[in-house]
Amino acid sequence: MPPDLEERIAIESDNDVVTARQRARELAARLELTSTDQTLLATAISEVARNITTYATRGEVLLSIVREAGPPAREGIRVVARDRGPGIADLDLAMQDGYTSGGGLGLGLPGARRLVDEFDIETAPSVGTTVTLVKWSRAR
Amino acid sequence: MAVPILKQGPFLIATIQAALTDTDVLQLQDDVMTQVTRHRSRGIIVDVTALDVMDSFVSRSLRGIAMMTRLRGAQTVIDGIQPEVAFAMVQLGMNFEDVQTALDLEEGLALLQTQEGPGNGAT
Repeated sequence: MPPDLEERIAIESDNDVVTARQRARELAARLELTSTDQTLLATAISEVARNITTYATRGEVLLSIVREAGPPAREGIRVVARDRGPGIADLDLAMQDGYTSGGGLGLGLPGARRLVDEFDIETAPSVGTTVTLVKWSRAR
Repeated sequence: MAVPILKQGPFLIATIQAALTDTDVLQLQDDVMTQVTRHRSRGIIVDVTALDVMDSFVSRSLRGIAMMTRLRGAQTVIDGIQPEVAFAMVQLGMNFEDVQTALDLEEGLALLQTQEGPGNGAT
């Protein structure tokens, strides 16, 4: 089933980073993700959205609900953070803890990966970067 | 949204009241350093009870406050990190080991007062 797009947030300033994670948390609360999972997702979004403002200047975050018929049936939130920025020259390096080209701690991408259930990144120099995250609601 | 900083005796108390943008966090760093210098403060408490996310930028900046104030001879305590936030910080891989933390504002103040010691100028 194709994901239902719920929201698109343009990322151009650090205010938009806050907006993106707040909207995602609202959506996560609607899907009854646990409070901890809401926080993990919001934190991951903060990391990938900040990468947009740091490296690409502008981009967007798309939030959608994903459903699997199962069994077991489950729902989750898919986050797509994409930009048409410079891309990442060495993805393996960028996914390593502690590596940074932007003056930070180098926790952004590898950290975000640890906070969600699914993580995918596509990037090409001078084309841009798309990071996709999925957080599933836990079976209850 | 600026973070209010209150002076209480030899200490400063900065209470974060809403989600912080990166600009707000950098402003807080500046403000704390200015006030520590102006008041010759011995300790700073940053209350983060209201923060529902502490990503790598916020964490690094708060740690920066602790390092910078220490160089000025003042101790910083971060209090009120929410359980979910603590969970996320560990998963993220944040190293906060060299930063003093406390459960809440009351315990943060108690910690600073202990370090200040009796008859150590806290009038």
